[in-house]
Amino acid sequence: MTDAIEAHGLRKTYGDVVALDGLDVRVEAGTVFGLLGPNGAGKTTLVRILATLLQPTGGRAAVLGHDVVAEPLAVRRTIGMAGQLAADDGERTGRANVEMVARRYRLPKHEARRRAGDVLDRFGLAGVADRRVHTYSGGMRRRLDLAAGLIGQPPVVLLDEPSTGLDPRSRQELWTIIDELRREGTTVLLTTQYLDEADRLAQRIGVVDHGRIAAQGTPAELKATVGGSVLRVRVADRAAVDDAARRLADLATGDEARVDRVAGEIRLAVADPAASTEAVRRLDAGHVPIAAVELQQPSLDDVFLTLTGRPAEAGPANDSPAEEAA
Amino acid sequence: MTSTPLTPRRRLTAAETLSDTRVIAGRQLRKVLRRPMYVVYLFVQPVILVLLFRYVFGGAIATGSVSYVDYLMPGIIAMTAVFGALTTGLGITEDLAAGVIDRFRSLPIAHPALLIGRTAADLATNVVSMVVMLAIGFAVGFRPTEPVWDIVLALGLILAFAYVFSWISAFVGISVRNPETAQSVGFIWVFPLVFASSAFVPTDGMPAAVRAFADVNPVTLVVDAARALTIGQGDALSPALGTLAWLAALLVVFVPLSVRALRRA
Repeated sequence: MTDAIEAHGLRKTYGDVVALDGLDVRVEAGTVFGLLGPNGAGKTTLVRILATLLQPTGGRAAVLGHDVVAEPLAVRRTIGMAGQLAADDGERTGRANVEMVARRYRLPKHEARRRAGDVLDRFGLAGVADRRVHTYSGGMRRRLDLAAGLIGQPPVVLLDEPSTGLDPRSRQELWTIIDELRREGTTVLLTTQYLDEADRLAQRIGVVDHGRIAAQGTPAELKATVGGSVLRVRVADRAAVDDAARRLADLATGDEARVDRVAGEIRLAVADPAASTEAVRRLDAGHVPIAAVELQQPSLDDVFLTLTGRPAEAGPANDSPAEEAA
Repeated sequence: MTSTPLTPRRRLTAAETLSDTRVIAGRQLRKVLRRPMYVVYLFVQPVILVLLFRYVFGGAIATGSVSYVDYLMPGIIAMTAVFGALTTGLGITEDLAAGVIDRFRSLPIAHPALLIGRTAADLATNVVSMVVMLAIGFAVGFRPTEPVWDIVLALGLILAFAYVFSWISAFVGISVRNPETAQSVGFIWVFPLVFASSAFVPTDGMPAAVRAFADVNPVTLVVDAARALTIGQGDALSPALGTLAWLAALLVVFVPLSVRALRRA
């Protein structure tokens, strides 16, 4: 097993603001690694350091064995990057844009042309390949950006929140492409705010919080930490909420139930989907009137709460200049 | 570990860097041609300024035996070239914001190519801008007296001057990141340089303190040299050498500073 990406004790600070605080991560070659976390957690900072766009304050990182600080050129030859920004030249055609990128990988002209045709085709841009990019829709530009990031056939691909702002169909297409990349043996590091996306694509997920990996594992392992699903119970009489919570307490796996007295709501992580039936039975038996019972997939918020003891959106680094500048 | 099919060399060749530079420059030049904002800034504004200075201020400024239009043209050409250089920093802030710089920096290219290409493109637009200025100058009565090669030398000196200012502007742009800030900061350092100089009025009429500044101001030096080389007013060698010394010193400082700032951007 080879690590395509490794980071040890990676730190990045901007004055007093700590964007990365001793982050450790290893991504096995040929896998998709999902980096999950709220804005400001340090995801983008990590990606930018791996892409040699940013120098770490401390620690080290390497891509395919090349140190990002000592051998930036070697790193850049092995990575492809795409993100939320459409960085292509609007005055040129889609084809010219991707060919230009291919040429930066020093591919001969004919090879660049051939690959440009292939990659535009693959991203559904063949029909508009010879149109100027400023006539493209937002979704088309994003796909072009991705095509440009992949045309060098880099063994390691860094995708920074590639699905943010995409419509559902484009997101589906993106997912298909990432699956294909993995099948071809490409290593993909993907940052996302969506658990379902990481779940669907990644073999391993790292949850980033405050510039560190708070937890990592396979999607199943991570979900197990929140107990598989979340049971949400709302009682009709808010005064009964503590009584209800007591009756349901032992259904929760791992963490304690969260009680929201204002809303009269209880949320608890459960392992067994049958827990919802059990909850209804118990509350009924105790004559606690129920307003709603719902079994939900764990959200990023649930994963966060379980792993960090606080909701994801409460991250104090939410508006850190690190992410702002990036 | 899988071996990559890509070139394993540790450094890029000069030819590769040159080709990267061409790509960056070409991208910028295409943008200039397409955006009316640039056309106005680089071509229309100079024309308006020549007409204003020539016909509004011209009558009120005493320039001795030399006609004001002859006195004015070297100065206003230098000013326009320096203002043209300000677009370097502005453009860089835009490219940083749009992710263009990140896209290029994540590719296997030599990063200084980004700045060399960009400054080269701005130099090229400055050449065109200068031709426009000369044409309008001739139309309103500018009559250089010196030989053609001297005039070419004067224009070359002004272009070199503007090129070096492009690097300063690049450094400012990378450092402040924000287009509006880059624009206001640009005017803060450029306006005093351009106006507290011999570009539009002889320095002898200025108060002592301003004159002391104006006389060592590189804009004064380049304009004086250009004046000597176009209309034969004064000595060319001493201000020309002074200009070159300034330019060498500024390049030595601002090229590494800009490259370093870009690496940390």
